[in-house]
Amino acid sequence: MPVLQDIVVTIRSDADIVLARQQGRSLAASIGFSATDATLIATAISELARNIVSYAGQGEVMMRVVESAHAQGVLICARDSGPGIRSIDDVLRDGYSTSGGLGLGLPGVRRLMDEFAIESELKRGTMVTIRKWLK
Amino acid sequence: MSSKRTATQLQRTAAQSTELLQELVAHLRQNRTLLREEWANRITEAQLLTAMTKEELFAEATSVYDNYVEALATGTFEALQSYARNLSERIIPRGVETHEVVGIVLLLRDVLARSLFAKYQGDFTMLNRILDAYEPAANRIANTVAVGFVQERERVIRQQQEAIRELSTPVLQVRERLLILPIIGVIDAQRARQLTEQLLRGIRTNRAKVVVIDITGVAAMDATVANHLVQTVEASRLLGATVIVTGLSPEIAQTIVTIGVDLGKMNTVGDLQGGIEQAERLLGYKVVPVADITSS
Amino acid sequence: MEVPILKQGRFLIATIQAALSDADLLHLRRALIDKVIQFRSQGVIVDVTALDVMDSFATRTIRDITNMIRLRGADTVIVGIQPEVAFAMVQLGLTMEGVATALDLEEGLSHLQQRANGKT
Repeated sequence: MPVLQDIVVTIRSDADIVLARQQGRSLAASIGFSATDATLIATAISELARNIVSYAGQGEVMMRVVESAHAQGVLICARDSGPGIRSIDDVLRDGYSTSGGLGLGLPGVRRLMDEFAIESELKRGTMVTIRKWLK
Repeated sequence: MSSKRTATQLQRTAAQSTELLQELVAHLRQNRTLLREEWANRITEAQLLTAMTKEELFAEATSVYDNYVEALATGTFEALQSYARNLSERIIPRGVETHEVVGIVLLLRDVLARSLFAKYQGDFTMLNRILDAYEPAANRIANTVAVGFVQERERVIRQQQEAIRELSTPVLQVRERLLILPIIGVIDAQRARQLTEQLLRGIRTNRAKVVVIDITGVAAMDATVANHLVQTVEASRLLGATVIVTGLSPEIAQTIVTIGVDLGKMNTVGDLQGGIEQAERLLGYKVVPVADITSS
Repeated sequence: MEVPILKQGRFLIATIQAALSDADLLHLRRALIDKVIQFRSQGVIVDVTALDVMDSFATRTIRDITNMIRLRGADTVIVGIQPEVAFAMVQLGLTMEGVATALDLEEGLSHLQQRANGKT
């Protein structure tokens, strides 16, 4: 059953990361995303939610179904009021995530999604918005 | 007109509207049996939903009617949306088309409107007010059901297209634990993705330990597709399978190097035959010429 | 949530469930090292068949587990990565280089046996 309201998951601990990605997977599956795509979306949410826990301590992940003229999709917004990112260019550079180790995994998340946007201000917080469309 | 008065007027109109809708809903519930039958008759007259039997039609008409009135009563449409999806899932395989679904919902809207005319024909002002409350709600309902149906149809079409694409790219099991994926023609990013998904599922189903991906038949590959190929090799390894790529042309080899992949890390063999032989060696098969077997 | 670790002869088998949090993974890492030492195991299988998402943290931790267990002279093999999960992992750039993988429990045991026999 498709959901019309926003789903908001408060992220405070690593248990919330699991909750957020499960909700994301459900939402994606409910509007017809394949198992593969639902996994991609859940994985992206997992990365973003973990960044919140690791760098900001607390934040939220919001997700909703979106519609364009031609298609349906999901929009996910991960935001926090944490320290912010000093250099967005750096965190979006590929070298940061291929080791699967250090870094925020953002280049990888961008690869998984159709649309990706990030805003961050030092001492104010960070917001990452991603969208994936049903094809 | 002062804005304060307009605001009050709007408030009153909104409250009246809710009151009227409730009166309307009561009327529709009281006359449920009658109106539902009239509607079912009009559907048959208009020769809609011919794919259904009379009993089925009646059963569905009942659900639609009840959901329709419920949506009017609550003013919320989530339940209706989910009902529309369920309904569509049931009737699309029966061959029901969009114009039929739109048609029956509009007929219901008309049947109910007519009954309102009949009830309030003595009080023109009241009739107008009730219609003012009814029309936007009724139109939104028609829209919700139609859109729900169309979206479900699109989902089904997408599934069918996916199935067709799958059929046209077979993953072949030639020996136990060995899969061959011959890729022919032009691959775009979407097909490449689909091939990867199919192959990975194939590895799991066939418990393959070695996969030979033959790209002899692929003329050219851009960086995106080359990337997909590399990802396919890596993903296959995560499932415990070794990938051998055969038929790599010098041009494609160049593309792969350009995207920063170390060709030395990829297992490549000149042609498909050679690739299969290597795969068999990896699996522990020994390939012996027939003459040797018969002579010993 | 505690991950069950079973002893199968000279090997250990840890079976992961779907809703695995970061804390659970770290707990597992600790528990595996302890048990490898306790039983002097020669190999460990981590079965991730039920895991629906493998992200950078999971990959990192699994690599840690492999390295730490190797310090005790034992091998680790990850089995049961689902096709969808493998796909997402490579797209994210998580290839788990240096970590042995196999299709399922049977293949995993076969791998460990070969490795263990090769050492004697």
